[in-house]
Amino acid sequence: MKRRSNMQEFRQLLRQNRLAMTGLVIFLLFFCIALTGLVLTTGTNPTFDPAIVRLQEKLRPPLSEPNIETLRPEEVPGLGMYLFGTDDLGRDVFARMLQGAWVSLTVGFVAVGISVLIGILMGGISGYFGQNHVRVDQVLASIVLLLGGALLVLGARSLGVGLLIIGHLYIFFSAWSKRIWRGRPIPRWMRGFYKDAVSIDTLIMRFVDIMLCFPSFFLILTVVALLPASMYNIMIVIGLTSWMGATRFVRAEFLSLREQDFVTAARALGVSDFRIIFRHMIPNAMAPVLVSATIGIATAILTEAGLSFLGFGVPPPHATWGGILSDGKRFIFDAPWLTFAPGIAILIVVLSFNLFGEGLRDILNPKLRERS
Amino acid sequence: MLSFIGRSVIQKIITLFFVSIVSFLIIHLAPGKPSQVDPLNPKFTPEIVERFRKEFHLDKPLYVQYVYFYRDLFTGKTVSWKDNQSVLGKIWERFLNSLPLFIVGTIITWTLSFPIGIRSAIFRGRFYDRSATFFSYLLISIPGFFFAYILIILVVTRFHVPVIGMETFGLGDASGLRLVMDRVWHLLIPSVLGATGGIAILSRYVRSQMLEVEGQDYIRTARAKGVPEEQVHYRHALRNALLPFVTMFGLILPGLIGGSVIIESIFSWPGIGRMAYEAILARDYPIILTVNFISAVLVLAGTFVSDLLYLVVDPRIRL
Repeated sequence: MKRRSNMQEFRQLLRQNRLAMTGLVIFLLFFCIALTGLVLTTGTNPTFDPAIVRLQEKLRPPLSEPNIETLRPEEVPGLGMYLFGTDDLGRDVFARMLQGAWVSLTVGFVAVGISVLIGILMGGISGYFGQNHVRVDQVLASIVLLLGGALLVLGARSLGVGLLIIGHLYIFFSAWSKRIWRGRPIPRWMRGFYKDAVSIDTLIMRFVDIMLCFPSFFLILTVVALLPASMYNIMIVIGLTSWMGATRFVRAEFLSLREQDFVTAARALGVSDFRIIFRHMIPNAMAPVLVSATIGIATAILTEAGLSFLGFGVPPPHATWGGILSDGKRFIFDAPWLTFAPGIAILIVVLSFNLFGEGLRDILNPKLRERS
Repeated sequence: MLSFIGRSVIQKIITLFFVSIVSFLIIHLAPGKPSQVDPLNPKFTPEIVERFRKEFHLDKPLYVQYVYFYRDLFTGKTVSWKDNQSVLGKIWERFLNSLPLFIVGTIITWTLSFPIGIRSAIFRGRFYDRSATFFSYLLISIPGFFFAYILIILVVTRFHVPVIGMETFGLGDASGLRLVMDRVWHLLIPSVLGATGGIAILSRYVRSQMLEVEGQDYIRTARAKGVPEEQVHYRHALRNALLPFVTMFGLILPGLIGGSVIIESIFSWPGIGRMAYEAILARDYPIILTVNFISAVLVLAGTFVSDLLYLVVDPRIRL
């Protein structure tokens, strides 16, 4: 039998997995809608203006025709009717949904991008260099540096600068120390400083444990509420609080990969650590990260919608799906479309990411691949 | 065994120490100050702000504040900046409100997900399994607040019962049964909402555990020697598949204080989540930090309990 390439096999498996395929198609559709939405709702004279207030047309149901006589020409909605109705200020909900799609998309992707980058970095260091130990003198130097920085920030100028200088001096000293000692025995009192204190792996994994102790939504809510409201803060905060899963996956993959023959062969050929990590190990470690990233996007979109719903999202007048739903909650009986349009949109997008992620997990599962 | 307990307790205390530092730094290094006041409010004169800063040690350097705060926390003397009430007392009061939600939600989760998961494992690949899978993805993906409004619309228009709050206001002279039913309705909807995610995840997990056990050799042996199908599933497979779930009793511990912020604010339920949300809005740092600290303690205690339970339940694990 002819051997198929990985990509062909991947496509074949994807086509067999109907749920995953549906997820992928919906996701691509959502991507296109968000992009066209961005184009159509921005600019000086957009086709769909999400910000036009028409108080005489408030709370019109979906698919209703506008009263052309009472509107100025630039106030007529894009499609000649209100596809999803209007809200309590008479703004076109369809236009606002289009605007909100881009927010959901970027928040999802950027937040997960940040968390995956941190995850690969930390997990990679922990898995590849994890057996190396940090020496006592290195721990002391970093404590001195951190303390100096903290004091400088808190206002104790002279002490902080002093500690920073001492720390940097020590770094230069230790960089040259090999040349200084050059075979001479290290004095006894120094030897305590050169003992191994803690392995890098332990250090990073304990840090992961610490981060996992925080209740995630509560932490995100706290930080977002204390920072000035903006889309970038939300993305960064979500990204910075959700990298622990990716770190663990990358670490586990690296631990098993570094024992494999092709890595040993690369090392025997004298390939540098850097090249081994980026050319040989990361491509092989990507499968579980990809799966968790896809599901992470779904979680990030849900988190952003929750934040917007509580009023900590992207500041108004910019529309977000959670925000539209939050504005509409006072009218759930009179104007249920204000709840259902954004709610169903979030549901479909999140569902598509979840389905695609789970399908990806099945497809990338080596047990399944060998069988086919 | 004893050395394992000792080691993990020490490790957890160290983790807790760092958690306390990190959460303290996050809150205090964020822009804006708790003593920042509304310039339009005539009650806040500079003298009052100064007194406020002095009273809560806000004029001291950060590490002194840290020591003061955790000393107060451990002696139980922390007070809220808003109303000078004891933080632990406030949390306890709100905790008692959240507790029924947690208990009912947990019961719903555990009683529903096991039958669903087991059934979809037995009927693997058939219609029941596929629809259960799809529904669990649906439940994971639905935003809690959207689902809440769907349920509210449904219940209010169909059964004509009010559901917001802990009980209907002004039902004092109603008959006993009506009072009870009122409480039940108010409790049921938020609990169901709190349970949805749990049902979806747990039933999937039960299913995968069952499938894994059903693939083992001893199940094939049991079938081969002619054990009835019912008995294979419930006596041979299920009992082994249940093992990991015993440990999950430890992992639900953090849910005690987690209390969903969103659901409690939709239903005006005066629980812990809502209190934390109000504290965040009011920049009431002692409450935020205390809730954070207690939940970190519960997370650590939960993992500890689940490790211990694993040791007790699974004879294959030796230390």
